[in-house]
Amino acid sequence: MVRNKLILAAAILSGAALAAPAAAQNEQFIPILSYRTGAYAVNGVPYANGVADYYNLINERDGGINGVKLLVEECETGYATDKGVECYERLKGKGPTGAAFFNPLSTGITFALTEKTTTDKIPIITMGYGRADSKNGAVFAYNFPLLGTYWSAADIAIQHIAKEVGGFDKLKGKKISLVYHDSPYGKEPIPMLQVLAKKHGFEFTPIPVTHPGVEQKSQWLAIRQNRPDYVLVWGWGVMNGTAVKEAAAVAYPRDKMIGVWWSGAEPDVTPAGDQAIGYKALMLQHGAGRFAVHADLEKYVYAKGKGASEPGKVGEVLYNRGMVNAMLGVEAIRKAQEKFGKKPLTGEQVRWGLENLNLSEARLRELGFEGMLKPIRISCSDHEGARDGRVQQWDGKGWKIISDWYTANQSDTEPLVDEVSGKYAADKKIQPRDCSKES
Amino acid sequence: MLYREAGQFKTTYAEDMAIFPIRQDRIALGILLGIAFIGVPLLATFHVWPFAGDYLLWAILLPFLILALAAIGVNILVGYCGQISLGSGAFMAVGAYSAYKLGTGVHIPLAWLGFAISIPPLPVLASILLGGLMAAVVGILFGVPSLRIKGLYLAVATLAAQFFFDWVFLRVPWFTNYAPSGSVNAPALNFFGLVIGTPIERYLLCLTFVTVFAVLAKNLVRGNLGRQWMAIRDMDIAAELIGIRPLYAKLTAFAVSSFIVGVAGALWAFVYLGSWEPLAFSIDRSLQLLFMVIIGGLGSIMGSFVGAAFILILPIMLNLIPTELGVPLSTETITHLEFIIFGSLICYLLIKEPHGFARLISIGKEKLRLWPFPY
Repeated sequence: MVRNKLILAAAILSGAALAAPAAAQNEQFIPILSYRTGAYAVNGVPYANGVADYYNLINERDGGINGVKLLVEECETGYATDKGVECYERLKGKGPTGAAFFNPLSTGITFALTEKTTTDKIPIITMGYGRADSKNGAVFAYNFPLLGTYWSAADIAIQHIAKEVGGFDKLKGKKISLVYHDSPYGKEPIPMLQVLAKKHGFEFTPIPVTHPGVEQKSQWLAIRQNRPDYVLVWGWGVMNGTAVKEAAAVAYPRDKMIGVWWSGAEPDVTPAGDQAIGYKALMLQHGAGRFAVHADLEKYVYAKGKGASEPGKVGEVLYNRGMVNAMLGVEAIRKAQEKFGKKPLTGEQVRWGLENLNLSEARLRELGFEGMLKPIRISCSDHEGARDGRVQQWDGKGWKIISDWYTANQSDTEPLVDEVSGKYAADKKIQPRDCSKES
Repeated sequence: MLYREAGQFKTTYAEDMAIFPIRQDRIALGILLGIAFIGVPLLATFHVWPFAGDYLLWAILLPFLILALAAIGVNILVGYCGQISLGSGAFMAVGAYSAYKLGTGVHIPLAWLGFAISIPPLPVLASILLGGLMAAVVGILFGVPSLRIKGLYLAVATLAAQFFFDWVFLRVPWFTNYAPSGSVNAPALNFFGLVIGTPIERYLLCLTFVTVFAVLAKNLVRGNLGRQWMAIRDMDIAAELIGIRPLYAKLTAFAVSSFIVGVAGALWAFVYLGSWEPLAFSIDRSLQLLFMVIIGGLGSIMGSFVGAAFILILPIMLNLIPTELGVPLSTETITHLEFIIFGSLICYLLIKEPHGFARLISIGKEKLRLWPFPY
């Protein structure tokens, strides 16, 4: 009996293996590093769904990029650095030309991959996260912190606070605390905030929270004692919701809290219920909501039952961010095809596409992203491309945009970028590229 | 049949006390080492299956070797000396960060004394070994409580080491050379002018470390010191009565174990990750190492290898199999399945054989020696 069952099982498995479609050659391989399990799954799942749905849309609606189908494979990292490295090694060589680019979706994995990707000539797109100094494309040839780094975020947050208190001169003597996830991700904004504190004369206190962030009692007791005028929140996953609840417990006003763009999505505020009303967060340009591209998703992906997400969650903040992220990668490949031909491209060729990516207002309208994004233009020396953000506030049901656009002040961030990336180049003996000679 | 010992006569004490008294074992080990040192690099050079691409070397063999080395270290402490430790991750971190500091140059400003201690960047090999030495010193410090407390109480005391060093390496910017994000980059692997960069070179480097340390550890546990450790493990009062000094025995176990674990930590950081943060050596790592030792077999050097393979490679295999077979499962389901299968396998194994794989293998060997009539 047992043997018969085993044979049956083996037959089914081998049948499934044979049924797997033979890989066609006209395919561009795109890996997705995601986490749908582990401590950060609540935020990882909607993001991964957005990424998967957008690639699916490109295949279903357009038949790929100029006829080159997208071949996608997901790998679960669980937000762990060593698993991320394993996933990278597993996926970097797949498909006819290898991986087009990687989105590690973790600052820790980004750090671990930075050197490997330079050797393997595969770009890593770290949209809104990653190392802030990698904006300098002359030193970090393969890192692309598109749409904004943590230093830009810190600058935007301080600009907003200055506006709320009535000008930069009023910042003097104010107390601003940073409640941050104690990892490279959370520590990344600290040097920028220290520079800004010195410049504007506010008192800056960093307050670390250990991974994964469910234990924050002592931190918020310290905040209750110190009564800072504003609290910046640099959290991820369960840490954000906990911060909101703990703030309510010590009666710290939620509207004096400003989260970074990774601390401003639905899963961060809904668990806290009414306690979250008034909580503010930065936006990585886009927020929640449905735009023209979502109608296409509805028509080409969800109507065919191929959607990754529950239909009700399409258009949430992190879902949209996943989509934007996928779109930028797809457009980079499209750009690179202009130069290298309409065929599957290598990572090095896609990097050229990223460095020459220029999405105008009109192009964004064609893509269905009008209203979500501002134009973005990436160059050899500027791998960030755009550094704009707005502030949104949670009203108990949805996110409301409460500010105009802010643009991070480059005269604040640039010296620090030069200093830190210069040090990296010296440590690693990298000769910075001459960007005026790049074509 | 394969294990027929007929004709193998031992005529000297040296032969009788050899590491591998049976000829078949020696041959098998020779073949294994031959494959590891010559076969694998050759296959990898010519990209013969299964070495297409770097995946097998980079993502499986390299971490396997380094974690096996760490497991040997933990096994000396837990398996041979019976001192349960939950601080192995911390000792790995001490090894990694000390090696990092020594490899990038140490500068201690002693302003109140009017001078500064400066050590120029040391060669990487030296800094990896000195990193292990630092871990040994720290291990001795945290081993001192073992003189008074044992068992679970000691486990909790070593847990303190884990939390303490997590905190230190996150909080004290000096250890990370004031890196703004707290994540550090290993210096280039430069051995006497020889730059180790490719996966094959890295693999050979780790293999050399593992082989040397495994042989050293095996000899250590067979000798005087190892017997003292085992006596302490089996019954410390009886051991003391026959003249073994618990202070010496326990602290040497902590020192040797932490040294090996520290070297493994430095290799993990320098050779495998290249860039790391304290989370790479968190409590999860300590538990992982402890599980490796328990599954592999307490008090067995070979068990450390088998345990490392089981704990590290099995989840990856479970993860890969559905994809390779083309079974359409979401990554979420695969990961959950992986947890379920892995967990049940551990339960089953520990019920069937509480002494781990090493015991299973030695039973198999006994049966083979008496084949075809084992009892």
